[in-house]
Amino acid sequence: MSRSDVLVDADWVEAHNGEDGVVLVEVDEDTAAYDKGHIRNAVKIDWKKDLQDPVRRDFVDKDGFAALLSARGISNDDTVVLYGGNNNWFAAYAYWYFRLYGHQNVKLLDGGRKKWELESRELVTEVPQRAATSYTAADPDSSIRAFRDEVVAAIGRDNLIDVRSPDEFAGRLLAPAHLPQEQAQRAGHIPTARSVPWSKAAEEDGTFKSDDALRTLYGDAGVDFAKDTIAYCRIGERSAHTWFVMHELLDQPNVKNYDGSWTEYGSLVGVPIKTGDES
Amino acid sequence: MSDGCGAPAGGAPLTDAGNQAVIQGRVAQAGAPVGTGYARLLNSDGEFVAEVPLGADGGFRFFAAPGSWTLRVLAPGGIRAEQVVSAAIGEIANLEVAV
Repeated sequence: MSRSDVLVDADWVEAHNGEDGVVLVEVDEDTAAYDKGHIRNAVKIDWKKDLQDPVRRDFVDKDGFAALLSARGISNDDTVVLYGGNNNWFAAYAYWYFRLYGHQNVKLLDGGRKKWELESRELVTEVPQRAATSYTAADPDSSIRAFRDEVVAAIGRDNLIDVRSPDEFAGRLLAPAHLPQEQAQRAGHIPTARSVPWSKAAEEDGTFKSDDALRTLYGDAGVDFAKDTIAYCRIGERSAHTWFVMHELLDQPNVKNYDGSWTEYGSLVGVPIKTGDES
Repeated sequence: MSDGCGAPAGGAPLTDAGNQAVIQGRVAQAGAPVGTGYARLLNSDGEFVAEVPLGADGGFRFFAAPGSWTLRVLAPGGIRAEQVVSAAIGEIANLEVAV
């Protein structure tokens, strides 16, 4: 992968919007954002309603993902351009699903909704009507998803990147600062994890930093590019953004997102936890 | 909101902080709410911590750790504004940000 394979800019979207085979998809943390205005022709995926299993703690399975994309009128050979607010946080999370279920041609709009809005580009409220398709999802690609036992085994061996904020890493907070701190899990981080808050990979306008700046960012934090990597956060969404950076932009071969993340790890019985600012 | 990353804060301002350290406020331009834009929370080192889109009423809200923070607003047209604010558990810091 290179940057041009996985990112498009706003001018590209304006030039190609509406073409056959190009589908824009908005995925936001604020699931009401789409309804207030979205890029023309964009369809919506709701990260909570559409991407999570309603009963088990897991995300939508292969058949569910296929049904979702079929209903949204997305075909296997479409170029899917994902975008969303907050540095593409949730768009990157959805991107990881598309890759996990084998979609070949998927990209992020660099800068996402924020850059688009700050540049006062067009947003509309009309919802596009797309004919349903018969999407076929592949078996989930387990090479990009980490489970808890792999995470415990990786302590002291592989790169563990904790992408939460410094206060969450140290155990002073249990959730991002714009959410209530109401959870009951143990606080702290996985021993040997390096702290690289996910948002450091983005410029203020939401675009990704240059490859050189990203390599410096992770390298200075102690990430060894010769090792395999697992990224985690609280529920696996911010770490999908870091997975995107490491795997898709920096082309690191073995990078997994641990979507169980701190809400799982911090509730496991008997696993090691470290508190404080040190790894 | 406890089971996910949830939607950003919106709706009516909180009047009881409970056990949270709340930073909330509204952004206005010449008295009119700025309904399109973003509020970013930076820590005392100037590092980005969180961001929410402004509500239709220009509102924003964060649940922070106690301490000193900088609130930065970005809005279309190159609008930027900053205010320093301190947060404490059980208290609500209310900001009126004029841009």
